[in-house]
Amino acid sequence: MIRIKGLYKDWKEFSLKNIDLEIKEGEYFVILGPTGAGKTLALEMIAGFHSPDKGEIWIGGQNLTDAPPEDRNIGFIYQDYSLFPHLDVKENVEFGLKLKNVSKDKIEEKTRDIMELLGISHLSHRQPSTLSGGEQQKVAIARAMVVNPRVLLLDEPLSALDSKTQDRLRDELKQLSEKQGLTMIHVTHDRVEAMALGDRIGVLMDGKLRQVGTPQQIFHRPLNEEIASFVGIDNIYEGESRIENGIARINLGELEIEAITGKEGKVKLCVRPEEITILRKGSRSSARNLFEGRVVRVSERYPLMKLTIDAGKEFQAVITKKSFLELNLKEGSRVYVSFKASSVHVL
Amino acid sequence: MKKTTRGGKHGKMLVLFGIASFLIVSFVVIILGEPVFTQLVFDLEGFIETCKDPEVLNCIGLTIGTSFMATGIAFLVGTPLAYILARKKFFGKRVIESIIDLPIMVPHMIAGIAIFSVFYRYGLIGKPLSPIVKFFDAIPGIVVAMLFVSVPFFINPVREGFQSVDPRLEKVARSLGATEWKAFYKITFPIAYKHILAGIGMSWGRGISEFAAVIILAYYPMVASTLIYERFLIGGLEYSRPVAVLLMLICLGIFISFRSVRK
Repeated sequence: MIRIKGLYKDWKEFSLKNIDLEIKEGEYFVILGPTGAGKTLALEMIAGFHSPDKGEIWIGGQNLTDAPPEDRNIGFIYQDYSLFPHLDVKENVEFGLKLKNVSKDKIEEKTRDIMELLGISHLSHRQPSTLSGGEQQKVAIARAMVVNPRVLLLDEPLSALDSKTQDRLRDELKQLSEKQGLTMIHVTHDRVEAMALGDRIGVLMDGKLRQVGTPQQIFHRPLNEEIASFVGIDNIYEGESRIENGIARINLGELEIEAITGKEGKVKLCVRPEEITILRKGSRSSARNLFEGRVVRVSERYPLMKLTIDAGKEFQAVITKKSFLELNLKEGSRVYVSFKASSVHVL
Repeated sequence: MKKTTRGGKHGKMLVLFGIASFLIVSFVVIILGEPVFTQLVFDLEGFIETCKDPEVLNCIGLTIGTSFMATGIAFLVGTPLAYILARKKFFGKRVIESIIDLPIMVPHMIAGIAIFSVFYRYGLIGKPLSPIVKFFDAIPGIVVAMLFVSVPFFINPVREGFQSVDPRLEKVARSLGATEWKAFYKITFPIAYKHILAGIGMSWGRGISEFAAVIILAYYPMVASTLIYERFLIGGLEYSRPVAVLLMLICLGIFISFRSVRK
């Protein structure tokens, strides 16, 4: 559906370097990256607002690298939704249709249908400035979808909303893409959003696409330390790996971690904080790492608790508030840190 | 208790600001109001006569018309420049902005001499254009002089207007199928229209009020200011004031209607 080949662009303080990407029809693709990584620039290049210094953009089998935005048939939703302030909701939605050779009746019909689909019919004659963030977003989506775009580009569409509306609209976006079979490219810096929405995720850092994969791959099998750290893996260590009886034993100096990998010698490894179990009493089982330690820090991330445990190495673990209370933990408590060998990802 | 003290302090400041505001508003109102008042109360007959005087009416009509033409040219040529200044960063932009502001700083008599030396029959522009158009003592001369002094008054508000339109709105319009032109006149232009109207009003008003820059190149046909000046020299206050008051009332009418359209 969309193929990006060797894309380069230098623009103001942003740059994109050698972006190669293929997005399938009907796919919900999330570009995840920190602020300033060039995410919006990437999206605006697909839309045709900037032309690349090098590289090609193919959409639906056509090379559209040099096509102007109006010839690409791509919907674009900005973070602030960019509704036309001098037009009411209905006029905003109709805007694209009126530019095309569509009969008046057809415009009416299509506008009505899309507004019904998004549940904004009652807002028809409201001015954009009187709408809530969630309503504005729906109007922006309706306005983009009414012209049947080949792909919908969303630039941080949820970040301007309160967290409750965010949750609701996240679900609605996912449903919309599934029901309509619409190809979506969604840019965000929020990993929860990426995890929840993406069929696949591309991690963009410093203008480079560092890893493309399913949420599972990105969050549990990051390619390198930088990605691991960005996707929320705090436990990253370096050690010496040797393989014994098919299981890797990685010596970190203070302790030895069992992992499932074929790599030997100097390696880096990581463990997601939520893969770590906290026990009051240790009982050894096979293929399980178990270390005794002491809670050195507790911080609340409602509804979760984040613990830092010193067990020779520092481990970050995330547990529910309920188990935190049941285990009667506090700073200084003696605990066991336990995680499966299969939870250890060797980078 | 604390709150009242603080409120009191704040109140004092506002009182002082209020007095200052009163002074400056009075200053303007007295200067503009005195001749109107004196004329209408003490010499209504003279005023009515002036209103019927064809020479006066012609001059005022000419002034409004030429200023409108100058504004029309400023609109056609200045709108694109205002857009570029609002949207683009480029080398020398500051210089261009300063050049556009120059007519505000330059004493208008000097502007008049400069305009004369460029547009008179042997001037830089006047000479090559002399077979087609005559500037000296002619309507085109009035228009170029008015255009020169009113350009910054048009461009600055319009540029601000375009700056206030988020470029993303244009981008979204493009993604919905609008060409560059359509995005401009369906989105940017209508959103900035209040600023554009302000620019038109300011530039028009500036043109109507211009005297010094106009007289050197085109003393005739007389614009209203020239006529008022001439009548002042010939017959003093009593002869010139009725024309001044009439022009002032007409301008006031125009600007009030402009203001109401902008809202």
